Amino acid sequence: MSGRVLVGVKRVIDYAVKIRVKPDNTGVVTDGVKHSMNPFCEIAVEEAVKLKEKKLIKEVVAVSCGPQQSQETIRTALAMGADRGIHVDVSGKDYENLGPLQVSKILAALAKQEDAQLILLGKQAIDDDCNQTGQMTAALLDWPQGTFASEVSLEGDKINLVREIDGGLEHIKINTPAVITADLRLNTPRYATLPNIMDSLMNNETELHKPNHRTSLCVGLIPLFETVAPEDMQGGTDRSGAMLRHTVLQSGLGLHTRSLVVFSIGIGKNKTKLGTV
Amino acid sequence: MLLGLTGGRLLPSPRRCLLHCRHIKSAATAASGVGDGVLSAFRSICGEEGVSLGEAVREQHGKDESVHRCRPPDVVVFPRCVEEVSALAKVCHKHRLPIIPFGTGTGLEGGVGAVKGGVCFSLRNMEQVLDLHPEDFDVTVEPGVTRKALNAYLRDTGLWFPVDPGADASLCGMAATSASGTNAVRYGTMRENVMNLEVVLADGSIVHTAGKGRRPRKTSAGYNLTNLFVGSEGTLGIITKTTLRLYGIPEAMVSAVCSFPSVQAAVDSTVQTLQAGVPIARIEFLDDVMIDACNRFSSLSYPVTPTLFLEFHGSEQSLQEQVKTAEDITQSNGGSDFQWARDTETRNRLWKARHDAWYAALALRPGCKAYSTDVCVPLSRLPQIIVETKEDLIENRLTGPIAGHVGDGNFHCLMVVDPNNPEEMHRVHLFTERLARRALAMDGTCTGEHGVGLGKRALLCEEMGPVGIQVMRSLKDTLDPNNLMNPGKILQREEP
Repeated sequence: MSGRVLVGVKRVIDYAVKIRVKPDNTGVVTDGVKHSMNPFCEIAVEEAVKLKEKKLIKEVVAVSCGPQQSQETIRTALAMGADRGIHVDVSGKDYENLGPLQVSKILAALAKQEDAQLILLGKQAIDDDCNQTGQMTAALLDWPQGTFASEVSLEGDKINLVREIDGGLEHIKINTPAVITADLRLNTPRYATLPNIMDSLMNNETELHKPNHRTSLCVGLIPLFETVAPEDMQGGTDRSGAMLRHTVLQSGLGLHTRSLVVFSIGIGKNKTKLGTV
Repeated sequence: MLLGLTGGRLLPSPRRCLLHCRHIKSAATAASGVGDGVLSAFRSICGEEGVSLGEAVREQHGKDESVHRCRPPDVVVFPRCVEEVSALAKVCHKHRLPIIPFGTGTGLEGGVGAVKGGVCFSLRNMEQVLDLHPEDFDVTVEPGVTRKALNAYLRDTGLWFPVDPGADASLCGMAATSASGTNAVRYGTMRENVMNLEVVLADGSIVHTAGKGRRPRKTSAGYNLTNLFVGSEGTLGIITKTTLRLYGIPEAMVSAVCSFPSVQAAVDSTVQTLQAGVPIARIEFLDDVMIDACNRFSSLSYPVTPTLFLEFHGSEQSLQEQVKTAEDITQSNGGSDFQWARDTETRNRLWKARHDAWYAALALRPGCKAYSTDVCVPLSRLPQIIVETKEDLIENRLTGPIAGHVGDGNFHCLMVVDPNNPEEMHRVHLFTERLARRALAMDGTCTGEHGVGLGKRALLCEEMGPVGIQVMRSLKDTLDPNNLMNPGKILQREEP
C-alpha cells in the first residue's frame, strides 16, 4: 500500500460569522467576509495527521477545489501537519455551480492518480450541509465507506470504525482502500502554530490542477435560482414532495437525470431542508 | 443579609414581603426615573429595538456573577457603533443620568449594579473583530467580542490572546477591570497587553488613548492614558474598542501535577522555579481542602495535601529543559513524583480538577453560595499569608478552600456560605476584611484581579492612603464632574 491519505478541505464562510443574504437575492454575501477551513475538514486533517504521527500512514495530501483563495485553506492544512497540497483550480461560474457530485468526481480521479489508500473528508460542509461528497466519492470508486466516524483505528489492511448513527454507535470493519467522513467527536483539531504557518507559507508544496486537463469535471448543472432570507418567506407553503416535484418540472428547468438539486423552504423563520428531488 | 435575591419571588416571612414590596415599587418608579423625552431621544439614536424597559432585561443587566444583589438600571440601551454610544452619552450628560457600561456581566465585584438607577449601555451588539495584523501581533476588537470568540477567530493565524480569567468575558470588559488569569505569570495581565483604547467620556467625546489607530509596540508619548482607563471599571468612560497584544500559539504544552507535604514546600517550589528562570506558563496552587473537594466532585484520587498544577509552553526541546528543572526543584522540596501529560486529552483531564474548583467547592455544602476573595502579596510573603489564613478559617469554622495563582502571589479563598444564615454571613464578611488587611500589611493589595467594584471601596482607601485617594478623586472629578459614569464604584462619595 502506498500509505498515502487524501484529505479533502473546503474553504467556507467562518462558522462564527453572521450570514447575510445579498440584496439581489442571488446568494449570500461573501466579499470581505471571513472564510476558514470547514470545521469537519479540520477534524479530518487532524485525524490524518494523527495517523501519520502513529506511523500508520506515510503521507498526508490535502486537496481543495475552488478559486485562488482555496490555497489559504490548503496552507492551514499544511501548517497542521499535512505533507503536500493539491489545489484544483475552479473559479467563476464553474465555482458557483461546484457541488458534491463534481467534487467527488475530482477526488475519485485524484485518488486513482495518487494511488491513495484512504480518503478522509469532513462529514458535511457548514455552508451547504450536503453530506454527500464522501458517499459519492466512495460510490464512484466502488470503495467501502465509513461515514460519521467517531473513532478510527487501522488494523493491518482493514479499518475498525465506530459510526455515530441515529440509534447510537455502530462498529464496523471495512477494507482499505476506503473513504471515511469525520464526525464531530472524532478528535479535537490542533491549532496551527505560528512557526508551522510560516513554514507552510515559505514552502511551495501545493500543486495546481486545472480541471478538464487530467481530471474529468462535469460542470454546468442547474444553477441556484434564488436565495431568500427567511423573513421574506410567506407562511403556508406546501411541503409535500410531490407538490415540489411538480413545481420544479413545471418551471421547465429540464433536470439532467444524473444531477441533484437540494431544496430548502423556509416557513416564517424556520428553514427546513426537504432533501433532494 | 440575603445574597443574590432578585425580586419577583413570593416569600412568606414579613421581612421578605417588605423586600417584595420594595421591588414592586421600584418597578413602578423605574420608568419615571427616565422621562419620555429622553426615551424617545434614545430610540431615535439606536432604533426601537435598541431601547428596553422590560423588567427581565433590566434585571439581567443589573447583576453580575458576584454575591451583590441585583440593582437594575432604569433603562437598557443597545448601541451598535461608537457614534451611537457617543450620542447616547450626550443625552445622558444633558439630563444628568447615570451611565453604566455592560459587557458580559461576568464580573465578580458587583461592578454593573446601578446603585442610583440610570442607563445601562449594553455593548453586546458591537461585536466585530476589526484590524487584525498578524505580522504585528495586534488586533482591535469591539466590546461584544469575548475572549473565546477572539481566540476562535484567530485560530488559523497561529496567534492567540492568552489572558484567561476563566469566564468567557468581553475583552473590553476585561480591560475595564484590569483582568488577569492563570497565564499571567508568563503573559501578563490586561495592563501589559492593552495597547490602545477608544473611550467615550461622560460628555460624549471620543478619545483614543494612544492616538487613533496607533499600535506601536512601545511608546513614550505623553501621559499613559491607556493604563489610566484600564482598571477604571467604567467610572471614567465607556470603552468601545481595545487594541490587544497577541502572542504565538505555543508549539507544544505540557501539564504536570505535584503534591507537597506542606504549603511552605509548595510555595517555595514556586518561588525557586521562577528564580531559576523557567518561563512557566501556569502555576496553580490548591490547598488540601480544595483537593479533597475536587477529589469528591470529579472522582479523582489526588493525595489530600497542598498541590501544584503546572503548565509549560514552548518548543519540544525547551519543554524538556523546563520540565526537568521544575521536577528537580519540586523533588528537592519534598514534592511527590511529577504526574505529567503531553497530549490534549490527558492534559485536560489533569486540569479538570482545577477548572472545576468552583463547582467542587459549592458541592462541599449543597444549597450554599460561594464568594471568592482575591488578595495578592509579594511572593516571599505568600507562605505566611496562606498559613495564617488557613488558621483563621479553622478558628472561625468557615469553609474556604483555597485556589491560587501562586506565580503572581495571588490566591482566592472560595468561601462557601449559607445565604440564609446571617450569623455565618457576618463571620465571612469579617474574615474577608481581616484577610484583606493581612494582605495590605504584607505590602500587598486587597484585589489582585477582580477589581474594587462595590465591596472594596473602604479597603481601597486603606490601601492607597488619603493622598492616593485624593489624586484618584481629582482625576474622576476632571473626567466626570457630574459623577455620571458608573456611580458608587471604586471611590466612595465624599460626605458634603
